[in-house]
Amino acid sequence: MKILVVDDEEDVQPLFLQRFRKEIRNNEVELDFAHSGEEALEYLKEKHSEVVLILSDINMPGMSGIELLGHIREDFPTPPPPVVMMVTAYGDEENYKQAMEKGANDFLTKPLDFNLLKEKLKTISE
Amino acid sequence: MHFFPFLAAFLLALRLNKAIKFTALRAKWRWPLWGIAALAIGGFILCDDNFEDRVSCIIAAAYLLGTIEYLKRQDDFKSFSILLTAHLPLVAAALINGLAELFVKNFYNNYGSFFVSAEVAAFVWIFIRVATSKKQQQVIKRISERKDELEAMVAARTAELTNQRNALEETVKELKATQAQLIQQEKLASLGELTAGIAHEIQNPLNFVNNFSEVSMELIDEMEAEIAKGDMEEANAIAADIKQNLEKIRHHGKRADGIVKGMLQHSRASSNVKEPTNLNTIADEYFRLAYHGLRAKDKSFNAELVSNFDEHLPLVNMVSQDVGRVLLNMFTNAFYAVHQKQKTIGGDFKPRVEVSTKSVPALPSGGKAGVEIIVRDNGTGIPDAIKDKIMQPFFTTKPAGEGTGLGLSLSYDIIVKAHKGTININSKEGEGSEFIITLPVN
Repeated sequence: MKILVVDDEEDVQPLFLQRFRKEIRNNEVELDFAHSGEEALEYLKEKHSEVVLILSDINMPGMSGIELLGHIREDFPTPPPPVVMMVTAYGDEENYKQAMEKGANDFLTKPLDFNLLKEKLKTISE
Repeated sequence: MHFFPFLAAFLLALRLNKAIKFTALRAKWRWPLWGIAALAIGGFILCDDNFEDRVSCIIAAAYLLGTIEYLKRQDDFKSFSILLTAHLPLVAAALINGLAELFVKNFYNNYGSFFVSAEVAAFVWIFIRVATSKKQQQVIKRISERKDELEAMVAARTAELTNQRNALEETVKELKATQAQLIQQEKLASLGELTAGIAHEIQNPLNFVNNFSEVSMELIDEMEAEIAKGDMEEANAIAADIKQNLEKIRHHGKRADGIVKGMLQHSRASSNVKEPTNLNTIADEYFRLAYHGLRAKDKSFNAELVSNFDEHLPLVNMVSQDVGRVLLNMFTNAFYAVHQKQKTIGGDFKPRVEVSTKSVPALPSGGKAGVEIIVRDNGTGIPDAIKDKIMQPFFTTKPAGEGTGLGLSLSYDIIVKAHKGTININSKEGEGSEFIITLPVN
């Protein structure tokens, strides 16, 4: 299962790689990273059919996660559309409402609970 | 005619006596003056009975002259010198009368009436002279009264002015205290704006610290398992990861540490000590803090943050928390401006705030080496009508309660007055603003 993680914080990459160490080794999960919404769209142009799940931060300089979500839903409607989970440090109503309106599948708050995330992945892959 | 000189002496004595009636001189001069008057009467009677008119005239003239000269020499009668001198023509007239009668008898007999008339005129002259001098004295008295009056008025006015000055000094003191309070308030207000940004900026590194330490503990379990299995290659790979994680933990811990230190510095009263400082670090720190500060208040806000830092920027001698405050203010304003524009036109507008630093070999102002910091935004811009007001204290375009109106005026004080730098503004309404700060290196 290919997952795209979008976050402007560079250290998210080693963190995810280690957290999913076993899953990566067992080839259950494959992680790719983008550091901005723009980069993520560029990446998706090529590989949108492979990506099953997109985890995106909301607060990023430039294109925000919400905007990215809008683009994903518009540009890549081909079934099956990728599952998009929004991640944010500001877990407030407004953000949640916006994300859900734009078609997010889930809404997670930072700091991420990786065990919970793994549970969710299981339901997706099943 | 010895009558007039004696009468004059008699009247003079009476007049003086009356004049000193209510003064301290009375005790000393009362009886001597009565004596002069009595002698005048006595002299007249004596002369009238025993001497011819020509001798009497000379005696009378001599008596009057003696009296006048005696009184003139008394300090007590200094103020009566006009009165005393006024008698001299009469002395002269009486004397000439007597001498003419004595030596040129025929001439006198022919023209005697002239001599008598002269004496009468001289006598009358005394009264005219006294009357005019009285008038003069009255004028002088009136003037001196007026002078006293004016002096009293001046004194009253001076007292009033002194009171006013004291009141003003008090007011100035109060204003200075209020100003100090306002500056502190402005600092607190900007700290308030920062708090949310700071919380976010600290939360992020803290998440990393927690996550990386958690994952490291799991990795150690795994490593032990690999060692038990004998797969040393994998165990070493995990050890390398753990080491990397510990480095990350340290890095993010320091990041949080720096933010807290910066926050403390910001709220602390300025030490006013200038130290060589890396402006890029400060600009970067406050750039992000300002952004997250505004973001925390309004989640819908988003902007592109662009920073172009000159890697070879020389250290600038400055009070870092003061200049940091200025930059924070510039960034907050820039974000506010793009946010306002986003709110009004929305849609496709891409808010963008840019900060650049650059080394300047010779500043236009003074020609010394310096640095230039440019804060540029594509926000609402500044209308021409208020361009010259924005640096004024208490001028703000923000709704009541949102801005103190002191940000730019304090910035001006810090950059221009305290650091001998400059602030220039280029702005076009609807297109954006550019704030250019220059600071001399030393």
